[in-house]
Amino acid sequence: MRMVMTGNYASAYGAKASRAEVIAAYPITPQTSIVEKLADFVSSGEMNAKYIPVESEHSAMAACIAAETAGARTYTATSSHGLTLMHEVLMWASAARLPIVMTNVSRAMAPPWSVWVDHMDSVAQRDTGWMQFFCESNQEVLDTIIMAYKVCESRGVMLPAMIIEDAFILSHTSEPVDVPDQEIVDSFLPPYNPELKIEPGKAMGFGSLVRPDQYMEFRYKAMQAMRDAHDRFLRVEKEFKQVFGREYGGLLDTYRCDDAEVVLVAAGSTAATAKDVVDAMREKGQPVGLARLRAFRPFPHEEFRALASKVSGMGVLDRSYTFGAAGAFYTEIKASVYSCQKRPVMKNYIAGLGGRDITPKILEKIFEDIQLTAKRGGGDEVEWVDVAGLPRRWR
Amino acid sequence: MTKTTIPEEEFTYPGSTGCPGCGANLVMRYLLKGLGDRTVLSIPACCWAVMPGYWPSNCLKVPILYTAFEATGAGISGLRAAYDAKGVKDVTVVGFAGDGGTVDIGLQALSGAAERQTDAIYVMYDNEAYMNTGIQRSGATPWGAWTTTTPGGATKNYKHEPKKDIMAIMQAHGIPYAATVSVAHPEDFVKKAQKAKSLKGLRFIHALSPCPPGWRMSPQLTVEVARLAVDTHLFPLYEIDDGRLRITRKGKGTPVKEYLKIQGRFSHLDESQVDSIQKTVDERWAKLLKRESEGA
Ligand SMILES: Cc1ncc(C[n+]2csc(CCOP(=O)(O)OP(=O)(O)O)c2C)c(N)n1
Ligand code: SF4
Ligand SMILES: [Mg+2]
Repeated sequence: MRMVMTGNYASAYGAKASRAEVIAAYPITPQTSIVEKLADFVSSGEMNAKYIPVESEHSAMAACIAAETAGARTYTATSSHGLTLMHEVLMWASAARLPIVMTNVSRAMAPPWSVWVDHMDSVAQRDTGWMQFFCESNQEVLDTIIMAYKVCESRGVMLPAMIIEDAFILSHTSEPVDVPDQEIVDSFLPPYNPELKIEPGKAMGFGSLVRPDQYMEFRYKAMQAMRDAHDRFLRVEKEFKQVFGREYGGLLDTYRCDDAEVVLVAAGSTAATAKDVVDAMREKGQPVGLARLRAFRPFPHEEFRALASKVSGMGVLDRSYTFGAAGAFYTEIKASVYSCQKRPVMKNYIAGLGGRDITPKILEKIFEDIQLTAKRGGGDEVEWVDVAGLPRRWR
Repeated sequence: MTKTTIPEEEFTYPGSTGCPGCGANLVMRYLLKGLGDRTVLSIPACCWAVMPGYWPSNCLKVPILYTAFEATGAGISGLRAAYDAKGVKDVTVVGFAGDGGTVDIGLQALSGAAERQTDAIYVMYDNEAYMNTGIQRSGATPWGAWTTTTPGGATKNYKHEPKKDIMAIMQAHGIPYAATVSVAHPEDFVKKAQKAKSLKGLRFIHALSPCPPGWRMSPQLTVEVARLAVDTHLFPLYEIDDGRLRITRKGKGTPVKEYLKIQGRFSHLDESQVDSIQKTVDERWAKLLKRESEGA
């Protein structure tokens, strides 16, 4: 059924369509309308789930961990300070190999307080062992939740996933969204039925102490699982397309990159704007393209290497910053393409922190700057975009 | 043949890695005798996270979900929700945590679980310090005790603050059942565990859990020190059932110094300090008797 809804409602409908059985969540701006909608679904009986109104995000994730270990499909949603409060238990969830699916409405970290979009919260969880999917539309949010459950719960994966919505730009902006029929979702996503679960009468330990001669094998298996999740995701998306008629371009969604000379890499809603900018510049004869980083984990290593060997310049836009280094997307992409025979000139753009607009004009200037840098050679700089007091004018 | 006064069936295998004379071993043993084999445990970081043994061993005949230190209240909430969602019947969900994991870092999650009336039993085994990390003070360490973070020294920096009253905190949540238990009184212990099992909502059990290395005493004194705690009225045995308080063992009223003097952690206390502890114990005991007579 086609409806007009916000990204947050798309998340709630995604969890409902996926038949989450236990929801444990704590409110935070701008995630609140997800948990409110789910509370409505559960209260009205439209959704057959247990809703635990926990007293913190740490408890939300800890409760999901326990429920998932007992064999229930779980869902939660959070943002910024809630996500970072969860940090300890995020690591727990992935190391316990629990396919929990969560929406993070990506928002800046305080201080100073800001409720607006940036990716610092999500990027700071890079090493927790969660898959991370950045979305550019509300439809993609809903669809990725359904796909994520299928990927996460597959036997060779058994890892959790974070679906990332840009604060307000997706979370509170309405778009037409197709809510798929329940029977079709049911045929695509079977009930969660893990091999092992904690149940009365079976004296097993979940998370017992191990010795140094046992620990690394657990981590090695999780590493393999995350690696295998890459292909698994591509297969699930293919299947999703057959059933629902929609797809989003795999882990690295390339737009007009085939004959591009320079490309920009961006994640989330900025990528949607950048695609328009690419169209406008193409009309003026500029061979530019946009590569949308859809999955930060599993990292689309091979995709980047293939792209890198085709272009002369690659800009990377990070909506977060790793102090003492550069943008996290940038450093990872650079490392990934380092050993390519032919690799482009690269440059990092830090933009849009704390909800600052990344306008089409700014994106166009970034593309021009990549072109110039590619021509000039060199690059490998980190430039902060649209910051008061810096010499370059972006607006 | 003599008949035992508590269930004969054991739910613990040999092989716990606890110290000799560990009171927490006995707490688990009597608890499971009361609750039986349809129990699912959620255990945070604490001595009991280590005592079941290295993976894949488990010295208990029931399953264990290990959780983060502060997460017991959330763990039991998640387990209960999953069993309810899945229609799993006949399961007793139990949080089993130390005093630090309960009165300090885990208090928020426990309070949340109690307020949400989570259908589970929460057991705090109270060895009155962070023992797993090597005897640091907790909010449950009693006044005057030595620990490695209240080490005395020239400034006589022993624990300056009284023990947090977790039973009062839990009662203030309006939970259906709260009880204190002792490893020196297994019949009373098992009966309370069985009663807790028969009820719904969040039930709380506070077990005093002597710890020979932490309390600086010989391992064979575990049961004796637990008995003295009850007899001196320092750790009275009572239950609060649906708001009604009932003392289940009156104790002999032995002077507290008998309890204190067999533990190295109190060996620095002078006579006047012992007297002041006695005074506090007497006052609290009188209050408890009054509450019992008033039915609250
Ligand atoms: C977040 C966090 N902080 C600190 C620790 C370290 N730690 C593990 S067990 C423990 C003490 C546990 O004390 P208590 O709950 O009283 O149980 P006991 O060890 O005394 O049985 C501490 C501080 C931890 N595991 N997690
Ligand atoms: S330190 Fe104390 S509580 Fe911990 S295992 Fe040893 S005796 Fe038991
Ligand atoms: Mg302790």
